Amino acid sequence: MSRTPVSLPQQHQFNPYSENGGTILAIAGANFSVIAGDTRQSEGYNIQTRYAPKVFRLTDKAVLATNGFAADGNMFVKKVRQRLEWYRHAHARDMSLHAIARLIQTMLYQRRFFPYYVYNILGGIEDDGSGAVYSFDPVGSYERETCRAAGAASSLVQPFLDNQIYFKNQTAPPGSAHPTHLPLAHVLSLVIDSFTSATERHIEVGDGLEMYVVLAKGSPLQGLDTIHGVTELTNIPGGERMFVIRRSLKRD
Amino acid sequence: MSIMDYNGGSVIAMVGKDCVAIASDLRLGNQALGVSSNFQKIFPVTDRIYLGLPGLATDVITLQVYSTKERFRFRVNMYTIKEEREIEPETFAHLVSSTLYEHRFGPYFCEPVMAGLSKTPSGGLKPFIAATDLIGCLNFAKDFVVAGTASEKLFGVAEGLWEPDLEPEDLFETISQTIMNAVDRDAYSGWGCIVHVITKDKVITRTLKGRMD
Repeated sequence: MSRTPVSLPQQHQFNPYSENGGTILAIAGANFSVIAGDTRQSEGYNIQTRYAPKVFRLTDKAVLATNGFAADGNMFVKKVRQRLEWYRHAHARDMSLHAIARLIQTMLYQRRFFPYYVYNILGGIEDDGSGAVYSFDPVGSYERETCRAAGAASSLVQPFLDNQIYFKNQTAPPGSAHPTHLPLAHVLSLVIDSFTSATERHIEVGDGLEMYVVLAKGSPLQGLDTIHGVTELTNIPGGERMFVIRRSLKRD
Repeated sequence: MSIMDYNGGSVIAMVGKDCVAIASDLRLGNQALGVSSNFQKIFPVTDRIYLGLPGLATDVITLQVYSTKERFRFRVNMYTIKEEREIEPETFAHLVSSTLYEHRFGPYFCEPVMAGLSKTPSGGLKPFIAATDLIGCLNFAKDFVVAGTASEKLFGVAEGLWEPDLEPEDLFETISQTIMNAVDRDAYSGWGCIVHVITKDKVITRTLKGRMD
């Protein structure tokens, strides 16, 4: 028995998407907002770089974190920044946070049938001075929340946040209620704990942690001055203040 | 969709100071449809060993409830008769492991989680937890073990809440908060929970009310 060789036409398929791991997280306080992300970028089991920022400053009071396909994320941030610049030229002021959120929705939905493969979390200060977090799906569905985790370890982090931020499954002592917003020092320690936990149990999370803190106009430092590794990014004195805190995470 | 997720359900075990805890949800489902809110997945093996069996419900029942040849209860009974003493948790873990590995190429779709107190040579009791995969690969963890459809969530919350040397009541609170918040983010687990805390002189069993959505 001999088999006649059959040559099939070679087929090639280009896949425009990839998944680059990592996790992002944002928590809103009464007069501040914390937006954090790890800095590892990976593809499969390979680490492409140990420092690729996923959290970006948009304006003096808005920070955007992106997670998913890194190329799409970087391009999307670039396009959002371009639109914010055009807005500044037209209106001589920065776009307010809720307006940036709606802008992001329309920009994502424009690509409804070839989406940016990215989960976005927008954090910052609203016009009324309150801390705000907006979370988006890849096609623009969005919601304002107190806290949100997204990315590779979102399923590890989000239930922890439900418990520690929203006090889910906890009953308040009789005659008292759970706080709706937590103090900054407490929020920062929860963010660090979340990322160290995620690093411990998820291979795509680790290397470095970047936490952006946006403080509302005129609000006190709330212990930011005593924390190590803080860099102030504030542009104009007297307005909202912005800080970044960098920490190292396990590299294995 | 994996066969392991067909009926849903999750189990977790944790080590404390001279005590261990094991907890599970109470849901039995048929994919997205909830069928029962009182499906026990944790079974006592001896006074000091509890076994949690998340996975395919038919295999859960076959492995533990039926005492036919090659199932856990049968094998524990045979061990007790032959050795004329109760089985130790370490030995039981290896019994579970070898039973599952006998079915290496046609496995039971369960991931057992064990918790117990083992006797030390000095006459004391030492906390013991272990878990295996569906073909019996043992995992002896020093802190906590998880299994089931909410395992990722359980890992995340447990890693954040657990700390060493918790007293029985604190361990109860920690494992309860861990499983409740984890299953609330899992569509295939929930519908109430059950928690057992095993201490040297008693087993504390409590049923927790949970979200019914």
